[in-house]
Amino acid sequence: MTMAKALNEGLRRALEKDPKVLLMGEDIGKLGGVFRITDGLQKDFGEDRVVDAPLAESAIVGTAVGLAIRGYRTVCEMQFDGFVYPAFDQIVSQVAKLHKRSEGAYTMGLVIRLPFQGGIGAIEHHSESPEAYFAQTAGLRVVSCSTPNDAYWMIQQSIEHDDPIIFCEPKSRYWEKGEVDLDGPAHGLFSSVVRREGTDVTLIGYGSSVKTMLRAADTAAHEGVSIEVIDACSISPLDFAPMVASVEKTGRFITVQEAPHTASIGSEIVAELTQRCFYSLRAPGLRVSGYHVPYPASRIEEDYRPSVERILDAVDRVMGFDS
Amino acid sequence: MIDEELVQLLTPEGERVAHSDYVSTLTSEEIFALYRDMVIVRRLCNEATSLQRQGQLALWAPLQGQEAAQIGAGRAMAPTDFSFPTYREHGIAWCRGVAPEDMLRIFRAVTTGGWDPQKYRHAVPTVVLGNQALHAVGYAMGIQRDGAEEAVLALFGDGASSQGDTLESFVWAAAFNAPVVFFCQNNQWGISTPSSLQFKVPLYRRAEGFGFPGIRVDGNDVLAVYEVTKRALENARVGGGPTMIEAYTYRMGAHTTSDDPTRYRVDAEVEVWKHRDPLARVKALLTREYQTKASAFDEVVAEAESLASKLRVDVLAMGRPDPITMFDNAYADQHPLVDEGRREMVELGVSAGTSP
Repeated sequence: MTMAKALNEGLRRALEKDPKVLLMGEDIGKLGGVFRITDGLQKDFGEDRVVDAPLAESAIVGTAVGLAIRGYRTVCEMQFDGFVYPAFDQIVSQVAKLHKRSEGAYTMGLVIRLPFQGGIGAIEHHSESPEAYFAQTAGLRVVSCSTPNDAYWMIQQSIEHDDPIIFCEPKSRYWEKGEVDLDGPAHGLFSSVVRREGTDVTLIGYGSSVKTMLRAADTAAHEGVSIEVIDACSISPLDFAPMVASVEKTGRFITVQEAPHTASIGSEIVAELTQRCFYSLRAPGLRVSGYHVPYPASRIEEDYRPSVERILDAVDRVMGFDS
Repeated sequence: MIDEELVQLLTPEGERVAHSDYVSTLTSEEIFALYRDMVIVRRLCNEATSLQRQGQLALWAPLQGQEAAQIGAGRAMAPTDFSFPTYREHGIAWCRGVAPEDMLRIFRAVTTGGWDPQKYRHAVPTVVLGNQALHAVGYAMGIQRDGAEEAVLALFGDGASSQGDTLESFVWAAAFNAPVVFFCQNNQWGISTPSSLQFKVPLYRRAEGFGFPGIRVDGNDVLAVYEVTKRALENARVGGGPTMIEAYTYRMGAHTTSDDPTRYRVDAEVEVWKHRDPLARVKALLTREYQTKASAFDEVVAEAESLASKLRVDVLAMGRPDPITMFDNAYADQHPLVDEGRREMVELGVSAGTSP
C-alpha cells in the first residue's frame, strides 16, 4: 500500500485500540486532510475523536496539551511544515517542558504530525525541513518514516509513547507503494535501520533522502563502489550504534538531508561519528544537504534537494582520500 | 463608582449595593472566611517579598491589590473544577489547597514546578503569557468528552490580552462550546505597559465578538467576584459554554521584585486605588452589619502571622537540590542523552547519583 494509506491504517488502528486517542487538525474530517491521510476516519470515529480544528496551529497544539493533562492522546496534524511555526511557542515552551515542570505529574503523550521536505512542486512554505529546530529542544523526540511499513508502525508506536513526538512525514513519498507487514513492527521506534549493506561508504539519512540514497547506491554499485545505506528513522535521539558499526567497517560516511547543514542533524552525526570512529575513518564525514538559502521556487527545487548526482560526487570525494 | 458597567455588590466604603442580575448569597460566616483568606494571602505575599529582599528568593510576583479577585474566584470553584494559572495566582493556589511553601519553591529556584497539579486540580504556572488559556480550553474539551459536570478556570491578566494564544483560546472555546471561564484580572499594568496600549474598548466586551458573554466585575469586591464567577462556572458545567470575566482591579505593588513602578506610574493613581482596598471594605461590612468583634479580626491577624513565620522557616529549610535531579522527568521514558549526562555528572563527582 502507499505510505499515505499506511498512515491512515495506522491511525485507524490507534483510534480502535485506545478510546483516549484523538486526531485534531485543519481539514482532517470530511476532506480527510489535504493529503487524505485521515480519509474516512471522521466518518467512522465521529467528530469528537477526529476533530476539524479552526485554523490556528498554536491552538491545535495548545489544546492538545490541555487534553493531555486530562488524559487524552492527541495526534495533531500540521497541514504543512511551513505552518508549524505559529505552534512553535507551544511546542518548545510547553509541550517539551511540562512533564519536567510538573515534576512528572503530566504525561505529554501527544504526536505532532508534520508533512515535511520538498519535492512536490509546491509554492513557498510547503517544502521545508524544520526537524533540527525540534531536535535541539530537550523534552521532544523527533522521528521520520521512509517506507509504508515504517509509517504504519511508527505512527502507532509514537501515539503509544509517553513523550511528545514530532512525527515527520516525507510528503514526496506519500504516494509510493511498499509492503506492510501487519504482524508486528520491524524495529523499535528509536532505532536506526540498515536499508542496504555495503563495504566502501556509509550513507546516512532519513525521510525522503532514504530512497535517493538507495538509488545512489545502485548507481555506485555499477561503478564498483559498495555502499551501505542507513535510515536514521529516529532524528532525536539518534541511534548511533548501527552507524558506528557501519563506519567501523567502511571507514567513510556521508550524511544526506534536505535541510541546510548548519547546526543540523547531519552535522550532529558527523560530530558524533568522528568522535566515536576516529581511528576507523579513512576520510572526513561529508554532508550533502540543501543550500543555505530559503527553500527555492519549486521549478528549481531539484537543484536544491540532495540528488543522486550530488551524493555520488560526495562518494567520489570520500573514496579519493586514501587513493 | 468606577464604571457603570461594573458588577459591584459592595462599595469601597463597605456599603452593599443592589445589582439587577446579582445578589450576594453569602452568610456572615462565609464572608468572614473570605476575609480571612484575603488577610492570610496578603500577609504571606508580604512575607515572600521580604524573603526576596533578604536574598532568600530569586524573584517574587506580588498579588497585593488583587486579593478579592483571586479569593472570590478561587472560592467560587468546585473541588472538581480545574484552574490554569499564571505566576501571580497565589490566592487561587491558596483556595485550591496548595501549601504556601510549595508556591514559593519555584521562586526559591529549587524546582521548575512546586506542587502536584493533578492532586490540587491547579495547573503548574505558565510564565509565557497566554499559553495556559489554550491548555484550559483543551482540558475543557476533555471534560466534554468524559461527559463530566466540571468546569475550567482560565486565568490571565490584561498583559496577556494581546497574545495570540489568548485570542485563539476564545475562538476555540466558542467553536466547541467548551466548559471554560476566562478570568482576566485587569490590574491596569503589564510591567510598564498601560492597558491603554493594549485595548481600546473594555476587555470584557471582546467576548461578545467571539460569541460568548463578557462581564466586568469590580475585582476589589470579593462578594461580586464570588457571585459572578460562581454563576459562570455553574453555567459552563451544565453545557452553557464559556464566559469571560474581567475583574477590574489594580496591581498595588511592583510587577515583580525586579520591577520599579515609580519609573512609569504616578503616586496619585496608586492613592486612588488605596481607597478601593479589597480588605477594608469587607472589614467595614462585617463590623457594621454583623458586629464582628475586634478580637475575631485579631485572631485572623495572629493566624496570618503564624503562617508567615512558618513559611519563612519552610523556605529557609529549602536547600540546594542535588544537581542530578535536573535529569529527572526531562522525559517520561529512558533517553540516551539524558543517561549520558547523568553518567557524566556522577563521573565528575558533582553528584553521587542518588536521584530516583
